[in-house]
Amino acid sequence: MIWLDVLVQGILLGGLYALFAAGLSLVFGIMRLVNLAHGDMIIAAAFVILMGVQVLGLNPFLAALMAAPVMFGFGWALQRLVLNRVLGKEILPPLLVTFGLSVALQNGMLEVYSADSQRIPAGPLESAAVDLGVVTVGIMPLLTLASAIAVIFVLNRIFYTTALGRAFRATSDDPVTASLMGIRPQSVFAIATGMAMVVVTVAALYLGMRSNFDPSIGPARLIYAFEAVIVGGLGSLWGTLAGGIIIGLAQTIGAQINPEWQILAGHLAFLAVLIVRPRGLFPRAVD
Amino acid sequence: MGYGVTTRTRASRVAAIAAIVLIVVGFALPAFAPRSVIQDMFFILTLLMLAQLWNLIAGYGGMVSVGQQAFVGIGAYAMFAGVILWGWDPVPAILLGGLAAMVLSVPMAFFAFRLQGAYFAIGTWVIAEVSRLLVAQWMTLGGGTGTSLPREATADIMGVAAIAALFDVRDAAARDILAYWLALIMAVATIGVIYTLLRSRTGLALAAVRDNDNAARSVGVDAGRVKWLVFVATGAMTGLVGALIYVQTARISPDAAFSVTNWTAYVIFIVVIGGIGRLEGPIIGVIVFWALQTLLSDFGAWYLMILGVIAIMVMLFAPRGLWGLLSDRGGLALFPVQRRLTGPSEGT
Repeated sequence: MIWLDVLVQGILLGGLYALFAAGLSLVFGIMRLVNLAHGDMIIAAAFVILMGVQVLGLNPFLAALMAAPVMFGFGWALQRLVLNRVLGKEILPPLLVTFGLSVALQNGMLEVYSADSQRIPAGPLESAAVDLGVVTVGIMPLLTLASAIAVIFVLNRIFYTTALGRAFRATSDDPVTASLMGIRPQSVFAIATGMAMVVVTVAALYLGMRSNFDPSIGPARLIYAFEAVIVGGLGSLWGTLAGGIIIGLAQTIGAQINPEWQILAGHLAFLAVLIVRPRGLFPRAVD
Repeated sequence: MGYGVTTRTRASRVAAIAAIVLIVVGFALPAFAPRSVIQDMFFILTLLMLAQLWNLIAGYGGMVSVGQQAFVGIGAYAMFAGVILWGWDPVPAILLGGLAAMVLSVPMAFFAFRLQGAYFAIGTWVIAEVSRLLVAQWMTLGGGTGTSLPREATADIMGVAAIAALFDVRDAAARDILAYWLALIMAVATIGVIYTLLRSRTGLALAAVRDNDNAARSVGVDAGRVKWLVFVATGAMTGLVGALIYVQTARISPDAAFSVTNWTAYVIFIVVIGGIGRLEGPIIGVIVFWALQTLLSDFGAWYLMILGVIAIMVMLFAPRGLWGLLSDRGGLALFPVQRRLTGPSEGT
């Protein structure tokens, strides 16, 4: 019985990791850019939502809705002003720029918000649960997983059924040819990063409501997100969901054996996948 | 005189003489400098070594590792294990640190070499995290809270008594001088080894692989082997530096020894600001870093934020760093690795 519970909790935790990873996966899929500041951006978005709740007295979901366009603008501007300048054949410049951004964001937040733990208050939702007979699951983890599935579903729809998605796929395949067809890769990239920041806002909402956060925990979230992307396979959004669930399961099972092993078990699962399937479980992008 | 291929320039000869003078002054420094200067110099030299080593794998080898703290940490812990568990003297135990880091670098390479580019970066980071979490389980060395070198071990490190007598200082200051001298010797050796390597066939092969993997393979370079060799050698040397740092600190914890900020982020900024892919870059970078840290020490976390922003600016507007700005003007190179053809009219 206890193991069934562990299994369910693991899958639900995987939903959160899939949300962390979806933005990373999206940006990588389109422009082959790995944003090392992704984790810190999740924390930054959580602080933006928290400000909405504390200063404006909004409901957290409404605050996230308000934060989403702000984050979109931030992502769009970041891509336009900074990242587009360093994207190119060489991998080092974008990597180092996002690494610098990570350290700058982390320490900027530390100065502004201090190192204190924060939490986005969600009222009765925090402790609400449903009894499914065999296991009891919290509403919040359930909502997280549902949101992860919804986000990935919507992203996939955008990718495969809209003109914007066609532009995304074309630019991803070959930016030069795409630009001959009247697409501006620079604008496409800016929209993609903006969208990734909207996904980051959703991830931040659940991160902030489910657990305490402080400016220093971004890099660890980046690592979980990255593991989910690699395990799932580069460029596949549904793969990213599967990857998140695998990391979540591994962590929950590890924690059940020994609470100190939670994080370690997630990392080991990642390394195990790397041995067996170096390109992930469901690879799509040829890189 | 016929044609020949050389890497020497007039600037490099001047630089070599200046370097020898600097090294001699460096060794004599404890005779007239106060203890705080010796401690600062130790810090600068260890960062310089870490920066040179990271520059070797990232700037020359194209392997952007964010997991170098794994080698610092494992090297430091191996040194502690040698002292605490087996009663070694801390100074020879530094070698244990290098050995342990080399052993760790083999599985690290096995995993990380399956990943490309940016994924390589985070892959190495994950392995560093795994090492940290595993070491935190090692209860005899203090588990997650860490431990200190026992007083008996630090009291009679070889050579400390002699240094104390020579400069008429207390044991604690003599230990700092010993650590500083070791750092100076290792820094000179590190730069010497890297420079020799870069001028050798292996160095040429490494640069070829970085610039174009396929082209390098097509002319017969075993790309995987070259990268592997450099990665493992760098890991071992980083482990030696880590062990040395913690001989001086004498207090260790997993979070500090495996700190991504202290042993990798600072190092990356030093190399990027100074100029990546140049031996001169980390030297300039470490001086700038030191100056910034001294100037901004009252500003807490703002300092790191400013450092991050400066790194972004350098990448945007001067991707080859400060040294790149200098050398692009007149091709100045203190440690030239370019092979140039000299003709009969040019002399040597």
